[in-house]
Amino acid sequence: MTSGVLDPGLSDKLRQLGAFDAERCMSCGICTAICPMGISTLPRRVMRLAALGLEDEVRAQREAIFSCLLCRACEVSCPAGVHIADNVRLLRSWLLRGEL
Amino acid sequence: MPLSTRDVVGVLADNLRLRGSVLPISSRRATRWARDLSLPRGGETVLYTGTMYQLIPYIERLVRLEELLGDSRLARLSGLARRANRLVNAVAVVARPRPAEREEYDRVPANVARLLQLAGVEFGYLYEDDLYAGALAYDLGADEAVAAHARRIAGVFRAHGVREAITIDPHTTNMLRSVFPRLVEGYDVRVRSYLEVLADSSLPVRRKVGRGVVIHDSCVYARAEHVIEAPRHLLEAAGLDVGEPERSRAATWCCGGPAESLYPSKALAVASKRVEQLGEVAADCVTMCPICLVNLRKAANGRMSFRDISEYLLEASLGSDEARGPSPAPGTAPAAAPLARTW
Ligand code: SF4
Ligand code: SF4
Repeated sequence: MTSGVLDPGLSDKLRQLGAFDAERCMSCGICTAICPMGISTLPRRVMRLAALGLEDEVRAQREAIFSCLLCRACEVSCPAGVHIADNVRLLRSWLLRGEL
Repeated sequence: MPLSTRDVVGVLADNLRLRGSVLPISSRRATRWARDLSLPRGGETVLYTGTMYQLIPYIERLVRLEELLGDSRLARLSGLARRANRLVNAVAVVARPRPAEREEYDRVPANVARLLQLAGVEFGYLYEDDLYAGALAYDLGADEAVAAHARRIAGVFRAHGVREAITIDPHTTNMLRSVFPRLVEGYDVRVRSYLEVLADSSLPVRRKVGRGVVIHDSCVYARAEHVIEAPRHLLEAAGLDVGEPERSRAATWCCGGPAESLYPSKALAVASKRVEQLGEVAADCVTMCPICLVNLRKAANGRMSFRDISEYLLEASLGSDEARGPSPAPGTAPAAAPLARTW
């Protein structure tokens, strides 16, 4: 899981795009159990990878990131109050930089 | 092969930049619903449709075309499609719904206008300046195009002296109420869903509808905008027996629509699960979002009926069937018709 390029600045880059707060994630997995998309990486692993700044690993999750419904079912149960859907939206914006 | 996120979001962002909507239709088509209503132009309070309901029949046509082409051919063509769409508005060329298809969705903004009039609310309409609010492009991360579009709409509000916008769908409500204040400095337009406005008014009820229905909450209304009690209050006042599905209110289960433009089979799986949950309560379901309406109908494939909340409220308020379009019994058209991918 930690084979990618470690980028401690990734969170800062994402915070320049908006209110990114994945560092609050405690990796409890409640969100993944609730998520209607049933994708094992969504959203717990995506939040962890982004919070750790593993840029290549985050890029490899492109399909999971664009599959998210932004429905916030996970958010209302997150014990750490992570703004999961907003974080996913910011990751999309970051992934698309220079592509549009 | 999945569609290219870059090309799909690129087409949507290009359209927003060049033509003011992710799926541009002519202003004549977008405002047709209001042509016999003599609504005043502009004013301090406006009914803002964001053209969401009016776009649905065009989306349905595009989806049928996509289904004919198939995902892998479409994926190969998507880069070319983006380049062509920059020159010619592809929606106007390929998406041509029949009048009956348009009328079904045009009826919703007309219903809402009549309900507000019956409740004694004074409002105007911006006609060709009533623009799509940019929700899909925002959700997919096309931030620069959306920020410019938000400034354009804020400029329209300023030019018309608009102080309050009454919205008719959750996505436009969310953009205008919760997103635009973050994107446009000094933006201070008051935004309320028509359901909130009607729940605070004295909407007359001339005939109780007297029917059992199951309610489907929109994720955006329930979890982002906290519009939960207003629709229940209005439906109960209209005489409906409102059943709650397994997941409802702030715990509602998504219709799958937001994934439809990129991953239609995943979206269908989510919608099918929701149809099962709803079907356990009643055969008739009330929706309050055009995206939920088309996705759930498509997944149900005629096993249940889905109608917009405005149809029930107007039926009770007028005391007649005058406002209602065809009310499909479960298992009959239009619920069984091929329906939309919700771009
Ligand atoms: S529920 Fe919240 S804290 Fe738990 S894994 Fe998900 S994002 Fe992290
Ligand atoms: S917002 Fe995204 S990650 Fe969270 S439950 Fe919905 S689909 Fe899953």
